[in-house]
Amino acid sequence: MTAYIIRRLLYAIPILIGVNLLTFALFFVLNSPEEMARMHLGEKRVTEEAIANWKQEYGYDKPLLFNASAAGLARFTDTIFFERSVRLFVFDFGSSDDGRDIGYDITQRMWPSLAIAVPVLLVGLAVNISLALFIVLFRATYLDLGSVVVLVAMMSISGLFYIIGGQFLLSKLFHLVPVSGYDTGLNAWKFLILPVIVGVIGGIGAGARWYRTLFLEEVSKDYVRTARAKGLGERRVLFRHVLGNALIPILTGVVVVLPLLFMGSLITESFFGIPGLGSYTIDAINNQDFAIVRAMVFLGAVLYILGLLLTDISYTLVDPRVRLQ
Amino acid sequence: MPLMPVVLWTDALVFLLIALAIGFALYARHHEHLRAPWRGVVRSRVGMASLVILSFYVLIGILDTVHFRLRLPAPQPGGQTQFAPEVLSLLDIVLRPLRDAQEKTYSAPFGTRLFVKEAVTQPDGSVVRDFPRLVHGGSHLEDPDHKGRDIQVTSLWGAAQGLIAWGLLGLGLIWLLARRRGKSLPEMISLVWQGRTEVPWRPAFITLLVMLVLAFAAANLALKYHILGTDKVGEDVFYQALKSIRTGLIIGTLTTLVMLPAAILLGIMAGYFRGWVDDVIQYLYTTLNSIPGVLLIAAAILMLQVYMSNNPDRFESLVERADLRLLFLCLILGVTSWTGLCRLLRGDALKLRESDYVQAAAALGVGHFAIIARHILPNVLHIVMITLVLDFSGLVLAEAVLSYVNIGVDPTMNSWGNMINSSRLEMAREPVVWWSLAAAFLFMFALVLTANLFADVVRDAFDPRLRGVR
Repeated sequence: MTAYIIRRLLYAIPILIGVNLLTFALFFVLNSPEEMARMHLGEKRVTEEAIANWKQEYGYDKPLLFNASAAGLARFTDTIFFERSVRLFVFDFGSSDDGRDIGYDITQRMWPSLAIAVPVLLVGLAVNISLALFIVLFRATYLDLGSVVVLVAMMSISGLFYIIGGQFLLSKLFHLVPVSGYDTGLNAWKFLILPVIVGVIGGIGAGARWYRTLFLEEVSKDYVRTARAKGLGERRVLFRHVLGNALIPILTGVVVVLPLLFMGSLITESFFGIPGLGSYTIDAINNQDFAIVRAMVFLGAVLYILGLLLTDISYTLVDPRVRLQ
Repeated sequence: MPLMPVVLWTDALVFLLIALAIGFALYARHHEHLRAPWRGVVRSRVGMASLVILSFYVLIGILDTVHFRLRLPAPQPGGQTQFAPEVLSLLDIVLRPLRDAQEKTYSAPFGTRLFVKEAVTQPDGSVVRDFPRLVHGGSHLEDPDHKGRDIQVTSLWGAAQGLIAWGLLGLGLIWLLARRRGKSLPEMISLVWQGRTEVPWRPAFITLLVMLVLAFAAANLALKYHILGTDKVGEDVFYQALKSIRTGLIIGTLTTLVMLPAAILLGIMAGYFRGWVDDVIQYLYTTLNSIPGVLLIAAAILMLQVYMSNNPDRFESLVERADLRLLFLCLILGVTSWTGLCRLLRGDALKLRESDYVQAAAALGVGHFAIIARHILPNVLHIVMITLVLDFSGLVLAEAVLSYVNIGVDPTMNSWGNMINSSRLEMAREPVVWWSLAAAFLFMFALVLTANLFADVVRDAFDPRLRGVR
């Protein structure tokens, strides 16, 4: 097991190098630092001097990959690639365009993101699984058909409308909660309720439908027939046997997204004005702050690979048939 | 020539897609294993009904894809013929009354007055602050307060037109059916009416009736009113929503089209050749997959913006620029979404290469590429088809979200995402400006819902293992 985990972690290194090369190519090769400077400085006719100044200020005045003017190892370390990309591997994200430390900002901003993402995940799981079990209990009836139609309709509504509708109903019409904003500590709860409700409702369509399919697959298996044949009631079969077995795919599906919860949700956070990592990314995109976008790309890749690893490990924990080598 | 045809990049790809679809249909006609699943789709009631609705969307989308520039009236006889700089589509010509009905700013659906007060000069010369009458919406009315009756009459008249059109179209279709079956027309009508045909024509005709009545009523009303209101600069929202259909359809279809070659080639190669080829391809898609999709799109679009703002002279017109951005968005969405299909194809190719007929072909000395083309590709086509249909609705929804974050289509382009984006701040107004949102919601919901229902039917027809589980 330990050997397997170590090997998987080593396997992550080439992938992260690939991610890094890709973002490096995207940000520095396709668009030279000159062009970036020109865009940031804005005007059509920018002097060469201004561009040089901008590049020096933000540390883009070095060669891309190989510094011929330096000596020894510095030929490789005194380059944009080393400064900007290799340092990401030790989670040294550098500073954003307005001079703030990106690493510090990330540690500050991940808490509001988690404060929304974790409740949405947990409440959503509970709601979706109970709904799906309820529908499966009444399978092949008009109730089942009607619920599926409603679920497909809910799936077909853009997430934006759930947010707009929720804000309109709860905040504007009934004045129950503030439209947007955030507060520190426990006072944040009233700003969190609406995003969580919206997130859960927005996920019901796809979620409950997916779990319903999972349960229906289990229901048609032999052990369910055995359980019924020995005289167990339908509810006992469903809640004890089917739910227990269907938990394996559910659990592994959840584990893979766990690390990515840190990244937050772009849309929800920016709509509700929550200072999490999602709105951090959106702001960076809108301000064209490439340093932050690159840091978030790298962080996202790391978390994704972590999610894959956790999934494999959780398989062995819940399903004794799976052995990792 | 009275007009100069303009073929934008996405237009060309749409025409290619249509040609591919027709070619595939002709090819599939003679191959039973390809026809059978489609027969399953056509025999489902939901499938037929959603096909009818989808064809309305596709028709509007295709009309909006034929672009041209009109000729300007010649300044002097014998002078050089000049073309208007504006690129129009067939749909623009059809919707000319809507396009020209420009107001000053917001007005409510079926409104006769502007949404904001202005200084209005009364007939007696005094100036009052009031809501002025609209220039086009309901301008034919003597007394704008009695518009209710006019609306009823107009919509009933439109519905009657729709009914007549439906009757003619339906009779024509049933006549064609009757001729093919060698039955008489009344016989065929009664078969369809009782729902005793193999292909469920009855739900299809009912859907067609609803759509035609709605379309004709809306068309008649739209000539007199702004049936979905006007936006901030006074443009008709109904017109915007119709124009957005093309954007949605293009994102939904072209994205899958541009990713297909890479996904099919790499997926099958990984599964068939295994070994280091498999390792390289797996590494490639794991790497791409591990970058969060939104961020990759954001980064790519940012780079495109940098490029476009630094090279403004490379684009002849705004339309061309917006079109290239749309194409680029499709490409980058394709890059983020091909990995799923690639993995599925790899899995199936792994299984298929062990099958007896592939082993037999290999033993007989058939080359690798012949085996792939003849034995593997036809057997994974159903996966490709299912992915194509299943991805569509997700991509349409993704467009709205991306446009909201400003990394979607060009802000000058008509799209549901841009409609939502521009009207979301108006929710804070009192009274609320809700109609742009409602229009975008309505058109998007109808398209995505039918696409979802259709996708389910297609998946069941193509993947028999899932049948009964649904």
